[in-house]
Amino acid sequence: MATLKELSTREAKITGGTRTCAGCAAPIIVRQVLLAAPHCPVIVNATGCLYITTAIIPYSSWRIPYYHSAFENAAAVASGVEGAIRALKRKGRLADQEISLIAVGGDGGTYDIGLQAISGMLERGHRCLYICYDNGAYMNTGIQRSGSTPFGAWTTTSHVGEAQKGKQQHQKDMIRIAAAHGAYAANASPHRWRDLMRKVEKALNHQGPSFINIQSPCPRGWRYPASETIEIARLATEACVFPLYEVEEQGEKWTVNYIPKNKLPVTEYLKPQGRFEHFFRPGNEHLIEELQAETDRRWNRLLKLAGKS
Amino acid sequence: MRQIDPDVVAAYPITPQTEIVEKFAEYVAEGLVNTEFICVESEHSAISACCGSSAAGARTMTATSSQGLALMHEMLYITAANRLPIVMINVNRALSAPLNIHNDQSDTFGSRDAGWIQLYCESVQEVYDTTIQGIRIAEHPEVQLPVMVCLDGFILSHSMERLELLSDTEVKDFIGEFRPRTNLLDLTKPITLGAAAMPEYYFEHRYAQSYALDRALEKVAAVDQEFGTKFGRGYGIVEAYRIDDAEVAVITLGSLAGTTRFVVDRLREEGIRAGSLKIKLFRPFPVEAVAAALKNVKAAAVLEKAISPGAPGPALFSDVLGALYHQGVKASLISYVAGLGGRDVPPKSITRIYNHLQQIAETGRIDRILNYLDLRGWQ
Ligand SMILES: Cc1ncc(C[n+]2csc(CCOP(=O)(O)OP(=O)(O)O)c2C)c(N)n1
Ligand code: SF4
Repeated sequence: MATLKELSTREAKITGGTRTCAGCAAPIIVRQVLLAAPHCPVIVNATGCLYITTAIIPYSSWRIPYYHSAFENAAAVASGVEGAIRALKRKGRLADQEISLIAVGGDGGTYDIGLQAISGMLERGHRCLYICYDNGAYMNTGIQRSGSTPFGAWTTTSHVGEAQKGKQQHQKDMIRIAAAHGAYAANASPHRWRDLMRKVEKALNHQGPSFINIQSPCPRGWRYPASETIEIARLATEACVFPLYEVEEQGEKWTVNYIPKNKLPVTEYLKPQGRFEHFFRPGNEHLIEELQAETDRRWNRLLKLAGKS
Repeated sequence: MRQIDPDVVAAYPITPQTEIVEKFAEYVAEGLVNTEFICVESEHSAISACCGSSAAGARTMTATSSQGLALMHEMLYITAANRLPIVMINVNRALSAPLNIHNDQSDTFGSRDAGWIQLYCESVQEVYDTTIQGIRIAEHPEVQLPVMVCLDGFILSHSMERLELLSDTEVKDFIGEFRPRTNLLDLTKPITLGAAAMPEYYFEHRYAQSYALDRALEKVAAVDQEFGTKFGRGYGIVEAYRIDDAEVAVITLGSLAGTTRFVVDRLREEGIRAGSLKIKLFRPFPVEAVAAALKNVKAAAVLEKAISPGAPGPALFSDVLGALYHQGVKASLISYVAGLGGRDVPPKSITRIYNHLQQIAETGRIDRILNYLDLRGWQ
């Protein structure tokens, strides 16, 4: 992988001045992904915050080919682009150069409405990297729950009240779903940019389909100050709420990329975020207990899969 | 499709379109086409993949029907608005519920406002010829819009009919090379396609698209004319039959047009001044051509295999009515819904429509505007 010095000389393929909220992790992630792309990138984006803040007529933040068509179909559209690349190269109508084809969607467009198209793309084996910037809710439409919203989190469709305390279910395990298709699957965090970029490079050099889920803290929806984005991402990995790992070899080889020396309790990660404020109210201790238990269960399972326990 | 040899085909099977996908898959397996064939996991993904490949500069085709078209609905608008010249064959089939795999045209009428060019075919020959024309129309530099080639399920899709094929080179020469206007894969000139528009821009974008669709009317006619001159088979955007001196006429599209002409001939033998009008191009709607054909007719009926619950009349009826009013033509117009879900529409039933029209022509009074042909327990 390139050194930091080399990276600093590469042109940013997404411009500054996107219309995201201050402190949004999404453009940081995209910049890191694009810097790591080994070949000329072509982006297919699903509807969501990233799209709506970077491609508004008459402006565009993209210095590379970019196509948005709808919310649930980035993977299907990318499948078509990949088909075109194959056909046109075969027919000699496209120069024989490598292209880094990347589909990007939020967790709503990935875990929920786009899941079928992603499954199709992975199963058919298109050479495409699907990236989910995972902010754990439908942010673009006003912070509604998604299949990636953590247990107990407040959203505008999983309120905190007398009868219900935030989201009732745990997160869908999207990486296991992707890995079950035999694809290269990993997750990453913008605070561990080196790990993130290595994975992106690996995925894009890989001949088949790949899936990377990247935690994308959202100051607006998670209710924390804009300056804390990278710190929140750090706490998530330290508390193993968002452990870093990758799955290769048709789902056979699991690698944990970061094992914290002192695994933090989930409360360290929850405390700075307004969406978990109710966890710390008297009588709600069970929320913390349940989230801690599930986090531990998943972490231990991961260690076992990776042969670390 | 084998002769067109598109760069990319993405499709999902649905009766009665299945034969098209299966046959094409056979060509792929035999190496008779050099197409990238993407067997997607749904129709929504089929048209989405088509959008991706067309945006990337590949000549792209697909085929579907009924529920499949309905599942594509969202993407149909996006395809047209992104100005992607995809050609889709739709085998017309009834929509659920109740589930029914047989023919009517409610499916494609439901997509009439999506911004696609819609062409309806009467015979197997016409389907073949129109599909080839469709490529030229869609990719015309001043059109750049998707084209739907519509054919009646089973009636045309599963019937044995004589078909005259052009040679592979004739087809190839006629359609020419695809020269995309926008190309996502032009890495030297990166484009942003499908950006969002605030109220400041949205309206003008949609108008531009609508303008292009309106202008496409002459291009459709021109391509058909060129095809006719070259290969001796032209269809026009509308086809009037014995209408110049007709008092009564039935207006229809698709395979019903043939049966209607047969009835016209029989009625003419009896001395009845009957005529008929087949509408081939449904979107953009040929307002002037329709009104001109009907200008001397006293009474006319729009016969269509579609139902529009809650509307003043089904889609084609409303359009013809609008065209007549628009052009100041005073013919008395009624509607006949027929053949839903594959019910047969035999000549004797169409004859009854002409009888009804004669009554209206004689008395100058319309007793009932909306009529349902051969519906049991009604009328
Ligand atoms: C078919 C369809 N349903 C709903 C919407 C409305 N919609 C647009 S973006 C969005 C949520 C996006 O959430 P996510 O994918 O998590 O991305 P984020 O906004 O959080 O970045 C929704 C529900 C839509 N555009 N299309
Ligand atoms: S709402 Fe969240 S994800 Fe959306 S732009 Fe703002 S910070 Fe980013």
